[in-house]
Amino acid sequence: MNNPLIWPVAVPLLSALLALLWPRRSTWIGLLGSALSLAAVVLVSRQVIESGAIELALGGWSPGLGIALRADGLSVLMLLMSTLVSMAVAVYASVYFSRSERRSEFWVLWLLLITALHALFLSGDLFNLYVTLELLGLSAVVLACLGGSRESLQAALNYLVLGLLASMAFLIGVALIYAGYGTLDMAALAAAIESGPTAWVALSLMTGGLLIKSALFPLHFWLPPAHSNAPAPVSAVLSALVVKAAVYLILRLWLALFDEVVTQTAALVLGLLGGVAVLWGSWVALQAERLKLMAAYSTVAQVGYLFLFLPLLAALPEGTTRDVALGALVLLALTHGFAKSAFFLAAGVIMQRAGHDRIAELGGTARALPVTAFTLALAGVALIGLPPSGSFLAKWQLLSSVFITGQWIWLPVIAVGTLLAGAYTFRLLGYAFAPGEGVGPSLSVGREEIPAVLLALAATLLLGFWASVVWELVPISAYAGGGG
Amino acid sequence: MMAMSVWLPVGILLSSLIPGVLIFFQPEERHRLRTWLNLLGALIKLLLVGMLIWGVFHEQVFETRWTMAPGLEFVLHADALSVLFVSLSTLLWLVTTIYAIGYLEQTPHRSRFFGFFSLCVTATVGLALAGNLFTFVVFYELLTLATYPLIAHKGSPEALRGARIYLRYTLFGGLLLMIGAVWLHTLTGGVEFVEGGILQTANLDQSTLRWIFLLLIVGLGVKAALVPLHGWLPQAMVAPAPVSALLHAVAVVKAGAFGIVRVIYDVYGVEFAAELGVLTLLGAVAAITIIYGSLKALSQDHLKKRLAYSTVSQVSYIVLGTAIVGPLATIGGLVHLVHQGVMKITLFFAAGNYAEALGIHRVSEMDGVGRRMPGTTLAFTIGALGMIGIPPVAGFISKWYLGLGAVEAGAAAWVLPVLIASSLLNAAYFLPILYRAWFKSQSAPWPADKTAGCVRELPDALLWPPLTTAAMALLIGLLAAAPYSPLEWAELIAGREYRQ
Repeated sequence: MNNPLIWPVAVPLLSALLALLWPRRSTWIGLLGSALSLAAVVLVSRQVIESGAIELALGGWSPGLGIALRADGLSVLMLLMSTLVSMAVAVYASVYFSRSERRSEFWVLWLLLITALHALFLSGDLFNLYVTLELLGLSAVVLACLGGSRESLQAALNYLVLGLLASMAFLIGVALIYAGYGTLDMAALAAAIESGPTAWVALSLMTGGLLIKSALFPLHFWLPPAHSNAPAPVSAVLSALVVKAAVYLILRLWLALFDEVVTQTAALVLGLLGGVAVLWGSWVALQAERLKLMAAYSTVAQVGYLFLFLPLLAALPEGTTRDVALGALVLLALTHGFAKSAFFLAAGVIMQRAGHDRIAELGGTARALPVTAFTLALAGVALIGLPPSGSFLAKWQLLSSVFITGQWIWLPVIAVGTLLAGAYTFRLLGYAFAPGEGVGPSLSVGREEIPAVLLALAATLLLGFWASVVWELVPISAYAGGGG
Repeated sequence: MMAMSVWLPVGILLSSLIPGVLIFFQPEERHRLRTWLNLLGALIKLLLVGMLIWGVFHEQVFETRWTMAPGLEFVLHADALSVLFVSLSTLLWLVTTIYAIGYLEQTPHRSRFFGFFSLCVTATVGLALAGNLFTFVVFYELLTLATYPLIAHKGSPEALRGARIYLRYTLFGGLLLMIGAVWLHTLTGGVEFVEGGILQTANLDQSTLRWIFLLLIVGLGVKAALVPLHGWLPQAMVAPAPVSALLHAVAVVKAGAFGIVRVIYDVYGVEFAAELGVLTLLGAVAAITIIYGSLKALSQDHLKKRLAYSTVSQVSYIVLGTAIVGPLATIGGLVHLVHQGVMKITLFFAAGNYAEALGIHRVSEMDGVGRRMPGTTLAFTIGALGMIGIPPVAGFISKWYLGLGAVEAGAAAWVLPVLIASSLLNAAYFLPILYRAWFKSQSAPWPADKTAGCVRELPDALLWPPLTTAAMALLIGLLAAAPYSPLEWAELIAGREYRQ
């Protein structure tokens, strides 16, 4: 097979089947499956970097009839993030679930979730997107239930109902598009879609569904309970990856498919909601009494930042400046993915050691778990957007776009949001570095502390110093209509 | 030779970054290895900086570039001004490391302390070597991150409170600096530091440039402790003595002052800044800060607080020298960057020794301490006399050139009264201390005498650093006209800034 596009989807899917058939070895299958998925993604990435966007029509059917897979710069970046994060989280989960009787269920669902994510980032037509979105949502809900507590079941139920509602809206949008244009292939649609009632309604429905999934204010209310009550490894991927998948789809739709339809006003509305999300999410995170709840509200705020880019992108003329802003958006999403998964894993380590995650009682963490405290600090630096993290560069470019477009309204939002993020991060660090007995003494630096610190280092050093790769990849597009 | 010019600035950063990172991983009890790592790093840095001084003096170019993002380059570039600040940081880092090793003996969390200590110096040296505004902002924020744990080091409620206040001020300042820097960046497409400035030929809207100037200076003024942005500095004195010494002499306040110097000379250009009319305001703020800091120092009984307010006042001499147009004032401001550092570090070392040996924290407890701790008190005396501006200690040179510069620029009418008033105030808050220490006899038992029965006043590692820096303060004053002295180097910089 010359075309490696099938592997990032096939490897985790086959591993999931194996784990189902052979539950006693599920941990090893899960780890091996994650590692091989990583290798598959690296193969795809190399090909895209060397020869541009690539495409695969499964079963030899031409696009429009069969299943089309496409990889361009944006998909490769999302794939790389999701596979690296899920590899690290898998290592952590192998310890976390090592004595759990639900171990084999976890690994099957985990591999299905990775399959769905990878398929979503590679899908070239709208119906496949719907299928992957549904698969992603369902596996995420079941994973979120694995904690088994009453709150987590309640939260997961809400998550499920809203997720179904969202997919339904998306599906109706897809049906409208098919009725209007007779194809679901995204490359064909990118050229065909014109402004009109059909396109308008379809875009609104699809975007509405995706806004629920990406938890944009005021549709964020399901996220904090669902993310904060799930088991730590699950919270990590929910916040870092699953939410990003919905944002990724919005970008694809808005920038590549519906770029003729989208108006400045619509972008402004989403930007305003994003702005409120930044302020509200950070403010509630500052008040949060529990570590995981704080992390979840911080996700609400960070998603808000991503939506701030939309009105700026809409106002910038196509070309280098716009690609720079788009790259910054992607970089911010990637940095948040690494930082937030590191944060949730560190929270999980603390919770297992201390038996709770009440922030005010975390005194002594730095002495008992120095590596984990360091992880929280590094992840916090990335959440605030301080150097040397990738989000510092992204924020610099975000501010730069604000000045170029003259949309001054975002300046106070970014400024206050940054200060609030600083406040909630250092409030946590203040407690964690204070003396106290809240956390038991450390036995050793275990396997469970290492993945988190590696993720945090990726968010700060790797994405800080090698961020230019993002800007090199983003303009490689498989779709007409610009950098999307 | 080519490779050399690229790697030397990186090497200077790595010589403290690598030991710092390694130290974090050392277990607490590996005292000897940690000491070696620290000293080896400091000595290598000193050697590399020596090579840099020689090269820059002979107009060699040292530059490293790394693209971080489109239009954003990480640039390390050594010019004469960087060399001034780099050498100051490197020398004082070496001395402070020795002092800190002695001071923190037997205390917990030393690996964490020395790790952040090295990162703090790395950030300071990075600021000095930053070749454009973007790189400067990066290191400015890193410095905030590296100093916060040092101020919070003791973990006591006061230490955490001081650190929190510090963080509130500096994150706010960093944010304003960043906004100003991004704004300027979008207008010019890149802000490299060039001697003589880059904006006078850029033909941009003047009122926009004034707003940006305000953002940049307020952002930098937080660390430089310009009134009314100085509130964090007296609170941060809860840090251990070596940290206070470094904070007041090289790291944080100097980073702010150095940034102001950079923005005015190498971004705006001092003549263009004067044309915009922003320097008058800055000069006024500096003058107010000088007087206000001295007045506040007068009423402090707590020794470290008195020294902290004295820093507020003294650092603004640098700003004042920058705000007056003319080579002589420039020389006065720049040379004070070094002079204030050497003198103030001496005073803080001495204050740390008083607290360490006898538990003395207040001026009122210092009666007769000169007889008990003659070495420390001698060093303190030289530092204090220098601050007042008594020849031949270094501080005199700074004030002399500032005065001359004011006359040259025709600003004597308001600058000279400020200089005279502040010198009188300096004398009013330092001389009583010297009087108590040398001429009064002990009036009450020492608060906590830890050296009772010892033959010497203190271990070598605590006594020699203040004596060394005091000797330096004396020598750079006496030998101000010698080659490679700070004064001569400041003249070199001024010559290059006013060359065109």
